Amino acid sequence: MIIGIPTERALGEKRVAIVPETIPRIIGLGFAVQIQSGAGEAAGFTDYDYLASGATVAESKETLWGASDIIVKIRAPEQSSADRAPAEITLLDDSSTLICLIGPGQNPLLLERLSNAGVTTLAMDAVPRISRAQKLDTLSSMANIAGYRAVIEAANHFGRFFTGQITAAGKIPPAKVLVIGAGVAGLAAIGAASAMGAIVRAFDTRPEVKEQVESMGAEFLMLDFDEDGSGQGGYAKIMSEEFIAAEMQLFADQAREVDIIITTALIPGKPAPKLIVADTARSMKTGSVIVDLAAEQGGNCELTRPGEAVLIEGITVIGYTDLPSRMAAQSSLLYGNNVTHLLTDLCPLKDGQINVDMDDEVIRGMTVVKDAKITWPPPPPRVSAVPKATPASVTEPSAQIEGAVKKSTVPTLLALTSVVGLILGLGMVAPASFMGHFTVFVLAIFVGWQVVWNVTPALHTPLMSVTNAISGIIVIGALLQMGSNSSVVMFLAGLALLVASINVFGGFWVTQRMLRMFRRES
Amino acid sequence: MSSGIVSAAYIAASILFILSLGGLSNQESARRGNLFGIAGMALAIGATLIGGTPVSYGLVIALMAVGGAAGGFVAARVEMTDMPQLVAMLHSFVGLAAVLVGFASYLEPAGHFVGVEKTIHDVEIFIGILIGAITLTGSVAAFGKLQGILTSRPVLIPGRHLLNLIIAAACAWLGYCFVGADSINGGIWPLLAMTTLALIFGVHMVLAIGGADMPVVISMLNSYSGWAAAATGFMLANDLLIVTGALVGSSGAILSYIMCRAMNRRFISVILGGFGTPKASSGAGAIEAGGETVAVSANETADLLTSAKTVVIVPGYGMAVAHAQHLVSELVDALKTRGVSARFAIHPVAGRMPGHMNVLLAEAKVPYDSVLEMDEINEDFPTTDVVLVIGANDIVNPAAQEVPDSPIAGMPVLEVWKAATTIVLKRSMATGYAGVDNPLFYRENTRMLFGDAKQSISEVLSAL
Repeated sequence: MIIGIPTERALGEKRVAIVPETIPRIIGLGFAVQIQSGAGEAAGFTDYDYLASGATVAESKETLWGASDIIVKIRAPEQSSADRAPAEITLLDDSSTLICLIGPGQNPLLLERLSNAGVTTLAMDAVPRISRAQKLDTLSSMANIAGYRAVIEAANHFGRFFTGQITAAGKIPPAKVLVIGAGVAGLAAIGAASAMGAIVRAFDTRPEVKEQVESMGAEFLMLDFDEDGSGQGGYAKIMSEEFIAAEMQLFADQAREVDIIITTALIPGKPAPKLIVADTARSMKTGSVIVDLAAEQGGNCELTRPGEAVLIEGITVIGYTDLPSRMAAQSSLLYGNNVTHLLTDLCPLKDGQINVDMDDEVIRGMTVVKDAKITWPPPPPRVSAVPKATPASVTEPSAQIEGAVKKSTVPTLLALTSVVGLILGLGMVAPASFMGHFTVFVLAIFVGWQVVWNVTPALHTPLMSVTNAISGIIVIGALLQMGSNSSVVMFLAGLALLVASINVFGGFWVTQRMLRMFRRES
Repeated sequence: MSSGIVSAAYIAASILFILSLGGLSNQESARRGNLFGIAGMALAIGATLIGGTPVSYGLVIALMAVGGAAGGFVAARVEMTDMPQLVAMLHSFVGLAAVLVGFASYLEPAGHFVGVEKTIHDVEIFIGILIGAITLTGSVAAFGKLQGILTSRPVLIPGRHLLNLIIAAACAWLGYCFVGADSINGGIWPLLAMTTLALIFGVHMVLAIGGADMPVVISMLNSYSGWAAAATGFMLANDLLIVTGALVGSSGAILSYIMCRAMNRRFISVILGGFGTPKASSGAGAIEAGGETVAVSANETADLLTSAKTVVIVPGYGMAVAHAQHLVSELVDALKTRGVSARFAIHPVAGRMPGHMNVLLAEAKVPYDSVLEMDEINEDFPTTDVVLVIGANDIVNPAAQEVPDSPIAGMPVLEVWKAATTIVLKRSMATGYAGVDNPLFYRENTRMLFGDAKQSISEVLSAL
């Protein structure tokens, strides 16, 4: 089958779907590769580079689209043409397969047209979030680039060093960067900013990313608030109002301190949350920079104008939506690699034919149109995302421990009941004199209980030695028996008196000795 | 003297004993508390001597003088590291006295109870002797373990639970025979047989318990000695003995409870014994740890300590064994003169008995206000620069919090790994009493200073 790579027609799009470097691997799978003349130019690849790597060059758009079985591109096909040329979507038919970014959630109309035309369509932005599919995950690749580029853009507009320096001319403090959202883009931004020497802080609603944030060299800001923001598939979910209020307060506080804010907060299928309100943005120091990576979804900052960098009261707000395209060579390479991995999965026999296997979880997830039917959204993934497992295994043991404690209350109740029963039974048979002593006994236990709980742990050893001494009170028993007429009793009582006396004297003595050693700081 | 006056004296003595225990609630009132105890005891003995009619006052005074001299002699000379042994020994004396008084009470010809009263009196004697005998040999065995005469590892006889059950059943049957006997000659044999079984049981029970559980054992025997005294009180219908016994009994019970909680163990599983056998070390904790340890020299340790602002020292039984507390105290003084804040963190089960470390440090003239309990200091570790762990292992083991299937999982521990640097003074890489490997040693911010604690500390001191 012939794979065709058209020139991207979207305004400002510099990327190309496949770079020359990866073409030999695709040819190795049995495919032929055709490229529209000039498709790679904006990303820095000439037709000659493609020819040298084994591709053929189609002179016009029409020839390319007409000759290709599989169209691989970046942006979704245009539905209406800006010039006289036919719109891209009209060049596809039911023998075509299309691989590109679709945005199936946002573009139902496009899906409709593709299914009407019978175009088998695989969306590069619908890769399931499972570990096996990571090599295909274009969103991660692009987010990584966007995060890096966000720092570069920020540095470009920020009129100072990132790294602190002490020079002969004076001391320069390091820049402080706040990254909101520690997804792929956020982590890339943290890595880039800390590599440039800035002090980086990061915030995320999902506490489990703390370690990742710290491993990238940033400080993880915690809210004093107990709510886990982990949603399905490793993305964040919408938080409660109280949480958002606390979060906004944190951002407002941080904004006065930091020089650069990079926001990356996105919730799938929802407009981007407004985290940096206008007042917060304005409270930043003059010369500060905000880079809003969520600009395409409306932006995290109220001042963001999507696609533009604006200077508002001395603060630059960057809302570029084409950050990956601004690093076209890098992002084309990564996109091409992702596509190549997909083609490898689609063509297990390496015979140049693709098999859209709907039993394969990854391919099933990416396929949005097949056999003239819309197959999006896919059924929920069978395997849940990895990060969920970690908190679950941590909470389990504590639940078990709690369970053990709870279980033990039943025997305690049983024991209490049986004690009460025993006392009642005793009261029924025992004579009054015994019950009198028994009353004293029970009351004394309770007095002891109250008194001993107040003993400071530091004095537990003296407590033991003093109880040793006073349990020598058993001498009283021996003394009472010393009046006996029986010599055997006298002997036993005498021996008891002797040993109990050791306790009385030894216990009190050693206690006094110990207590004398305890002293305060002079 | 009328019995009313004696009773009044007993009431006063009871109150004095309660005040004596109450005085221990803080260090300032503790000494006064002890004096209350002495006064109570003097009052009780005096009232009994005057109110009772001993055959010979001379004999009584002579016996008490001998016993008192012996007690005083030991008390004045005992090393603070050996306090657990002394306490165990004193427990055994209470047990012995309870057994002797019990037999004397049974053999006393003057006693003439009939009907239910005789039954109750017989039961009291039986129980008093039973508890006394268990306390006696249990304490002797504990003394042996602490003194190193007996192995501190649990001694496990095959079928020991069955053996204990048989002993318990036999004691119950003997008790039935004893209470049913209508003459002293008929009753003495079951009583003697039971005493023998109880003596065996006491040894057997304590032998099966490992060295790390000693704080629980000591507290438990403390409690038993109280109950033995209380049982004697019932036997002799003496309220002062009952009150005192109950006070001591509940005190020991509370201590046992605190110790069990500090080890996250159930009391019953401690008593059943067998903890810390090699079997336990095959847990996941042992597998998960492993890795590189970083050794440091005494010089480097001294550098780390002097460049720190806050230092916390965590002493364990190893410090007591090495008798290093005086040197540690000197080290702290040296650090304090350099403006380093140095404090101690005490885990409830550090050492071989409750509060043991506090006494050792007090002996070494460490002011008690720089000695903190686990709950007081745990939250300070993240802001601590250097933690010095001296001869402690299980009580600083992060596996207790991090490895759910570790044998010590859930045990409250001192969170030393949260400090910037932790230096562990240790003889070798051997595991602690729980037989659990300690992942702390392999942490990035942990340094190992191998060698005898006393030797190491003195080297650090000279490097300062």
